[in-house]
Parts: sequence; structure tokens; C-alpha cells
Amino acid sequence: MLTKRIIPCLDIKDGRTVKGVNFVELRDAGDPVELAKIYSDEGADELVFLDITATVDKRKTLAELVTKVAKAINIPFTVGGGISTVEDVKFLLNAGADKISINSAAVHNPQIINEMAAEFGSQCIVVAIDTRNIDGIDFVHTHGGRKATLLRTQAWAQEVCDRGAGEILLTSMDHDGTKAGFSNELLSEISSALSIPVIASGGAGSMEHFKDVFTFGKADAALAASIFHFKEIGIPELKGYLVDEGVSVRK
Amino acid sequence: MTDVRCWVFTSDIGHLTPDNKMKIAVIKYNSGNVQSVLYALERLGANAELTDDPEVIRAADKVIFPGQGEASTAMKYLKERKLDQLIADIKQPFLGVCLGLQLLCEHSEENDTECLGIFPVRVKRFLPENSQEFKVPHVGWNELENLTDTPLLKDLPANPFVYYVHSFYAELSEFTIAQTHYIHDFSGILHRDNYYAMQAHPEKSGLVGEKILENFLSL
Repeated sequence: MLTKRIIPCLDIKDGRTVKGVNFVELRDAGDPVELAKIYSDEGADELVFLDITATVDKRKTLAELVTKVAKAINIPFTVGGGISTVEDVKFLLNAGADKISINSAAVHNPQIINEMAAEFGSQCIVVAIDTRNIDGIDFVHTHGGRKATLLRTQAWAQEVCDRGAGEILLTSMDHDGTKAGFSNELLSEISSALSIPVIASGGAGSMEHFKDVFTFGKADAALAASIFHFKEIGIPELKGYLVDEGVSVRK
Repeated sequence: MTDVRCWVFTSDIGHLTPDNKMKIAVIKYNSGNVQSVLYALERLGANAELTDDPEVIRAADKVIFPGQGEASTAMKYLKERKLDQLIADIKQPFLGVCLGLQLLCEHSEENDTECLGIFPVRVKRFLPENSQEFKVPHVGWNELENLTDTPLLKDLPANPFVYYVHSFYAELSEFTIAQTHYIHDFSGILHRDNYYAMQAHPEKSGLVGEKILENFLSL
């Protein structure tokens, strides 16, 4: 049976792992390669690296980190942060990334999703969507969730799917950093409407939250950062809990 | 509480004794990222060369045919370089991975492509009956089941998990040595004579994948 995936996310700044609480206050949580290896050995199903300071001239530094990670671990990983061109994608895939994720670039130029999917295959194109609820309506946000757009989240999710995205990484800015649980209602709505997998992000605080996101939220995978980095929840412990709760995970 | 660590942590999978004499050729063609296959072989202490040179491929002790991408353009590329004939004539242990498995079959529904025909098996597209429950592509960790007792699959745990990313699958056949269930059963691993093929990515399948690669290198 296809299992639900647990994905630790490593936010990278200047080659180190950081995690922002609501993307503002940053804390240092260690060496990315070392952390990646630990998570892989503990049973993480995939990893995501988000370079939060990515700019064109930092691309080379990120590629070097990607190569180090690819050499060290034997599970799939996604790299995101500041990726906007087909060339960026080629560079990171050649460095050893299995998938890349794009966010703001897709909002500004949706056609780039079609181009990337045609060039490299949908399987390696993840579209990250940051969403925030404003007066009862879900709007796509860019720039780390700071800038609102006029795009409705549900419609945008459908559009990126139609344009050839392989997976959607949906982060609720309202839930991110709160540790109060994932945005299950919105996730369920989007996951049910789409034919591609949805990775839930934002709000993980307890093991129960993961059970809820896989059942009520209908997510295919769940991503979290600080609760793993600061060892509030261990991955073996979490997987054991999910098995006991009847959620199918990789053992 | 169920302890899911047991196999992961007690596994005594060792790495190969580096054998510098063993030559492993990884076939270079217009498929996606093959770096991870090379890194996985490197982690096992094996020396692999990424090459499309027929002489190097013929002289190798083991040949790996990786793959990611689209079937018809990959077949066109192989034919233009006469790698199709080379693959058909190869006598040493040969492992196709992902698209590599599909190209070793007879025909793929992906752009109606005639493939290499090593396995008389047809490759079809997943058709989800219920898109809420079954999404396409089939992405993530799934089990290999009904494992045949063969050297490639020795010393694996029962129903081991491997990592899949694909929209097309090979049907079950007499050459299926492990199957996986997604929407329906399909061929997880095929074997015929010196040819082996795996739909999942061993290079991304944790310790299970490493063990399968190690077994292949020991054939």
C-alpha cells in the first residue's frame, strides 16, 4: 500500500539550517548535511531544503550543498528557494536534487511551470503555494508569505496542476509557526479536487496533528521543521504512533 | 507503541569490499538526473562510469540503465546511437531502473512507443478510477510483495518499502519477481536471463535500495 510521507524541512541560510517562527525570527538548528543524514537514518521519507536567502549569485553555494547532501543520503529530496528559470532547475538537478520547488516565480510567470514540466518531467516539479485567509477567503501570498496576491488559493492549485506540476506543497501562513495543527479544511478541499499529491505544511505541533492531516486533511505527505529540529517529536516515535492509529506509513 | 525502528536500526547491511577491478557502466543517454545512481554506487564503494561508449559498456562487468523522462524520445536517442542493439546483445548482468524498466519492455503506451522487447511485457498508463483516492503519478514509498527467491532479492525484509515516482507501469508477467499494488498489481521487478529491471528507484530507497544494488553488484 502506498504510504503517507513524513518530510522534515530544512530552511537554509548561508549554508546552515534555520527555522523562522512565522518566517521572521530565525534560530540556528545545525549543519544541513548532518541533519539530513540523521533524518534519513531515522526514517524520514523525503527531505525538503528551502534556501531562504537564495539569489542568483548564491546559486553555486546552494548547488555545492545539494551535491554534499545527495552524496550522503539515500532518500529523495527537494530543493527550493529563489528558483525562477529552467536553467536554475537544470543546475540543481545536475547537482543531485531529485525535485525542485518553485513558488513566487510561478505566480509571476505561470507558463514557467509548463516549461519546466516539459523539460524535466512533472515528477520533479513541486509548486509551493503560501496561502493566508483574509476575511474568509484563501489568497495566495508571495515573498515568504508577506505579499498578498489576488489569486484564490483553490483556483491557483488547480491551475498549477493543469500546467504540469507533479506535486503541491501547501503552506498555510495562518498556521505556520503556531503548532496548533495543520490547515485541514483547506487541505482536504484542495487534495480532493486535484489529481496530484498534496504536501501539507504549517502548524505541526503534536503527533495527533499528523494523524489529523492525513485523515481529515487528506494530505499525501506532511512537512514540518522545528518540531523535528528541536527534537520535540522523533520520527520513529511519530511513525509508531501513526501505525497504531491506523495510518499507513513506511516502516 | 509499535516500534517501527526495528528493521532500520538492526539491519546489518554492510558495504561491498571495494573491488577496484569490477567495472560498472552506467549508460548515459538523454534521461534525467543520473547523478543519484552514481552517488549510490559510490556509497557502496563501487567504481562506476557514466558512458555511452559501446566499447566501455561491452567491457563492463555490470551495466546499469537508469532513466527518468519520456519513452519515445529516449528510444529515439538510443536508436540513433545504436545503443538499442548493444543493449539487446549484452551478456553481463544488466539492471534497468524506472524508465529503464519500461524501455526494456515490448511496448509503452507513453506516446505509443515500440521499446527494446527484452521482456515481452506491455507498459500501460495508470488510470485512476477514483482520483481522490488514487493520484497519478504514483509517488512515494510502497511495498514490494510476492518476492521470488532470487539472488537479486536476497536478505531483504518481508514486503520491503521502495520509492516510486511513475505514471506508467509494466503489467504482471511470468518474468515478474516482485510486485507492487497501486490501483492494481503491477510488476515491481522483472528478471529474464541476465536482464533485471526495477520500476522503483533503488538509489533513493534507503537501506532496502542499497541492498538490492549491492545484490546486483554481487551477481
